[in-house]
Amino acid sequence: MKKEYLQIDKVVGPLIQISDVDDVFYGEVVDIVEISTGKIKKGKVIKIEEKNVIIQVFQNTAGLAAGNSIIKFTGEAFNLPMSLDLQGRIFNGIGEPIDNGSDIFSLVEANINGRPINPMSREYPRNFIQTGISSIDTLATLIRGQKLPIFSGNGLPHNELAAQIVRQARLGDNADEEFGVVFAAIGVKHDDEKFFRKSFDEANVMDRVVMFVNYADDPIAERITTPRCALTAAEYLAFEKHMHILVVMTDITSYCEALREISSAREEVPSRKGYPGYMYSDLASLYERAGMLKDQVGSITFLPILTMPNDDITHPIPDLTGYITEGQIVLGRDLFQRSIYPPVAILPSLSRLMKDGVGEGFTRGDHAEVANQLFASYSKVQEVRDLSQIIGEEDLSQTDKKYMAFGRAFEAKFLNQGFDEGRNIIESLDLGWKLLALLPLTELDRLSPENIDKYFPKEA
Amino acid sequence: MAVKEENKEKGIISAINGPVIKGKNMTTFKMREMVTVGEQRLIGEVIVLEGDVGTIQVYEETEGLKTGEEITPTGRPLSLKLGPGMLKNMFDGIQRPLEKIQEISPIFIPEGIGLLSIDDKKLWPAVMTVKPGDVLLAGSIFGTVQETEVIQNRLLVPPTVSGTVIDVVPDGSYTIEDVLVTIRDAKNETHELKMAHEWPVRTPRPNAYRRETLVPLITGQRVIDIFFPIAKGGTAAIPGGFGTGKTMTQHQLAKWSDADIIVYIGCGERGNEMTEVIEDFPKLIDPRSGKSIMERTVLIANTSNMPVAAREASIYTGVTIAEYYRDMGYAVAMMADSTSRWAEALREISGRLEEMPAEEGYPAYLPSRIAEFYERAGSIETLGGDDGSITIIGAVSPAGGDFSEPVTENTKRFVNVFLALDKSLAYARHYPAINWLESYSGYIKILSDWYEDNVAEDCISLRNKMLELMYEENKLQEMVMLVGEDVLPDDQRWVLEIAKIIKVGYLQQNAYNKDDTYVPLEKQYAMLKAIEYLYERGREGLKLGIPTSRLKNVDIFSQFIKMKYTIPNDDLSGIDKLKDEIDQYFEVLFKKYEN
Ligand SMILES: Nc1ncnc2c1ncn2[C@@H]1O[C@H](COP(=O)(O)OP(=O)(O)O)[C@@H](O)[C@H]1O
Ligand SMILES: [Mg+2]
Repeated sequence: MKKEYLQIDKVVGPLIQISDVDDVFYGEVVDIVEISTGKIKKGKVIKIEEKNVIIQVFQNTAGLAAGNSIIKFTGEAFNLPMSLDLQGRIFNGIGEPIDNGSDIFSLVEANINGRPINPMSREYPRNFIQTGISSIDTLATLIRGQKLPIFSGNGLPHNELAAQIVRQARLGDNADEEFGVVFAAIGVKHDDEKFFRKSFDEANVMDRVVMFVNYADDPIAERITTPRCALTAAEYLAFEKHMHILVVMTDITSYCEALREISSAREEVPSRKGYPGYMYSDLASLYERAGMLKDQVGSITFLPILTMPNDDITHPIPDLTGYITEGQIVLGRDLFQRSIYPPVAILPSLSRLMKDGVGEGFTRGDHAEVANQLFASYSKVQEVRDLSQIIGEEDLSQTDKKYMAFGRAFEAKFLNQGFDEGRNIIESLDLGWKLLALLPLTELDRLSPENIDKYFPKEA
Repeated sequence: MAVKEENKEKGIISAINGPVIKGKNMTTFKMREMVTVGEQRLIGEVIVLEGDVGTIQVYEETEGLKTGEEITPTGRPLSLKLGPGMLKNMFDGIQRPLEKIQEISPIFIPEGIGLLSIDDKKLWPAVMTVKPGDVLLAGSIFGTVQETEVIQNRLLVPPTVSGTVIDVVPDGSYTIEDVLVTIRDAKNETHELKMAHEWPVRTPRPNAYRRETLVPLITGQRVIDIFFPIAKGGTAAIPGGFGTGKTMTQHQLAKWSDADIIVYIGCGERGNEMTEVIEDFPKLIDPRSGKSIMERTVLIANTSNMPVAAREASIYTGVTIAEYYRDMGYAVAMMADSTSRWAEALREISGRLEEMPAEEGYPAYLPSRIAEFYERAGSIETLGGDDGSITIIGAVSPAGGDFSEPVTENTKRFVNVFLALDKSLAYARHYPAINWLESYSGYIKILSDWYEDNVAEDCISLRNKMLELMYEENKLQEMVMLVGEDVLPDDQRWVLEIAKIIKVGYLQQNAYNKDDTYVPLEKQYAMLKAIEYLYERGREGLKLGIPTSRLKNVDIFSQFIKMKYTIPNDDLSGIDKLKDEIDQYFEVLFKKYEN
């Protein structure tokens, strides 16, 4: 029988300190039982110094004081039971059911921290996932097993975009390959969570979704475990049950803020903007759980959503994320303000894995060139727009005027598309050619003569 | 293989804080000693000793550790086993082969697997090159083993011993643990020489002396080889925000550099990038050996989700392996992607030690650590009298893409080539996104003789001239952004046109195109020379009052933009034809204006 303790020395934010403790291990889970009500809060040992132990409590620490609670060390790490029955269920951020359903019973338990995948065991992801969204499919192609975040801003339609992807994307190759969705809501508004629930319903996938929800008014320490519970479920379904899993996670910004709050309660030396120096490694311990394994079916495709504070892409949260993930889909406020949906700012957007997943045999032979040319031409549009701000559009050269026209058409026809509209990759590429034809051929230096012969729209 | 544990007193764990733990009863431990920690025997290293309290950084996940568990000394510092069996393999930050770890645990990397190293069962065919009575100096060669199809492992006498050979085994197959040679030193002590010997990672391996570096590392990348060359034995940094092309550039260098040996360290970066290397490299053929480039490559992987203390060690593991091959007389090139993650690992450990932070939380010793690391590069004469070199190319990942942060700034002080990656170039998909205005190479002067002798008399002056043209273009662009291009005089518009060819046709190099991914120096030079030719012929036209719009022949320009694809790497006759076309076009044009 493990020892129980009554004495709490100190409560600082989500942390409590107790002393005179023996025989506990780093990472051990504790139950904190409120004597008067019998209510249990969970916590975890995050530092041991001689006989002093610091515990991070996952629920609200308000009301915790010496004498009113018993601290029980469980002798366990943070494990969750794993089963196919997770699907269709809703849990809180520490993996307890909140849908009035029964507890999950299983002999299989997994530590929510996971372990690093051996790079020798990974399979490099190469399979194109069609999302039906022209900007993404053509220019920042999603690959099965990729971690591709959406960098958004407050008020931008990132939820809609994620929902559209969930609805339109086909994850598996064959009908017999199972797919599923794991959804983690970290510090989100009740409305946002409802929106997703509704869209899963509409997409007819609710019974294939595992949800872990930590609301904006839930305890912040639980935000640390929410994504870990979700990814543990995803790993189980993908790597043990061989399903293709799409993980949608929002909002990483709330996660990082929780990390910062706990770090400051621990009085750690901060690095940029008060975020802890280990935030890179910490985020990597989440993002790197996406991927595929050699010689087996199953994958985790990971779409984290984060809102960039002040739309600043150099803020530590998007910055460190971009350094770890395999690209990013960036939403732009100016496009949004001009009513373009989805407002994908293509220039800063990138899919690092598309190089091996597009082209002959995957999408179409001209894909890489079209994408390159659209990037190059649209980047030139930005320069021409800057110039026209100064000298006026009237005084632009003939070529530059064509760039202006191309830019407008590209945004209105290529980027802009309906929330319910799916375009297949061939349609998207053909549309790309049609728009590029607005420019003089001499400006299209990324296209090879062969592809121009084959695909350049012939004048009517 | 279990760690050999000395019969010494054991320490007792007294505190645990992530990868940093403290122990008591550690008076007999040594600074930097390797230890095993707890019942799981996690591997760690003593980093602070104060009285009987020691602080240890642990190279594996510490969850599950308890106070009161034992800390066992090993009696030696964190060391590598250096011998055949490293090439073609991938190791973690403390040289444990990931393939062997996979045999123990097929998917995930568990804790407590102990200290594994290169294969000690494999038989290698050894050829002995010494006989009894020979005097063997420290660091000299006593035999050879064909380690891979292209690399011969020259069996080295450890740098710390020397003596007269008293016994040698006959040629034949042996493991790395078999005694091959016995020598007797001046003190009459005998030493047994095996294929492998151990070396502490934090101690640079000795050499006879450093020499000047006079030969470039040829990379097949135009912007590097012609504009910002790296010397063999030199140092280079590749800083850039996320997505600007650090890893791609490092991979290109690992694939195509004309080094004998490549040591590639994935330090705190993506798992998939290491998987990509493992999948792709074996399929790529080295233009020099005709064999797979994997035959000459050693990979070290501490991906971003692996323990952070091992990230700190991975850099030293890599450079020690590089020194080992250098000491055989090879030219080694080492890529570290990314050194910033190593610096951050230092910062994290330092934070847990509650050291006084300097800039942005980094410890005050950051600059000296960076300096020490890059100082392990160099061209040297080995103890055995051969030429060897290590070129170090480090990627730097500045926070927010801002080069004024401590790691970039301090790296800049200690490297000679700076290849600045630029976000706006990357956004426009100008790859490699190496900004030609901000980048520099400190090796132009010392390498100019080499380029003059081996490429062309005017290679460096051509390079300087074209770079100046690009500087001028930059100034002109600023003007264009204010008034539009139409207002500029014709000679300046001609500069803009030529600069565009240089940018799109020359500096941009497509890593995914089978011909453009690696371009021999002759073609690199010939292409630039042809661009210069067009530039100069155009200037003749300008003197005749011909406007730029007439000088710019659409067909010729498009041939220039595409010549990287259309002119084969091994047949440059197309470039002469292009020059002929220029002459034909301009002669007709000039005639019209001459009268
Ligand atoms: N030389 C190149 N040729 C073609 N594409 C490139 C090149 N360099 C970079 N890229 C593109 O840029 C993306 C990001 O490059 P990467 O090296 O991963 O960036 P970083 O390591 O700086 O984050 C790649 O996935 C690729 O699409
Ligand atoms: Mg990289």
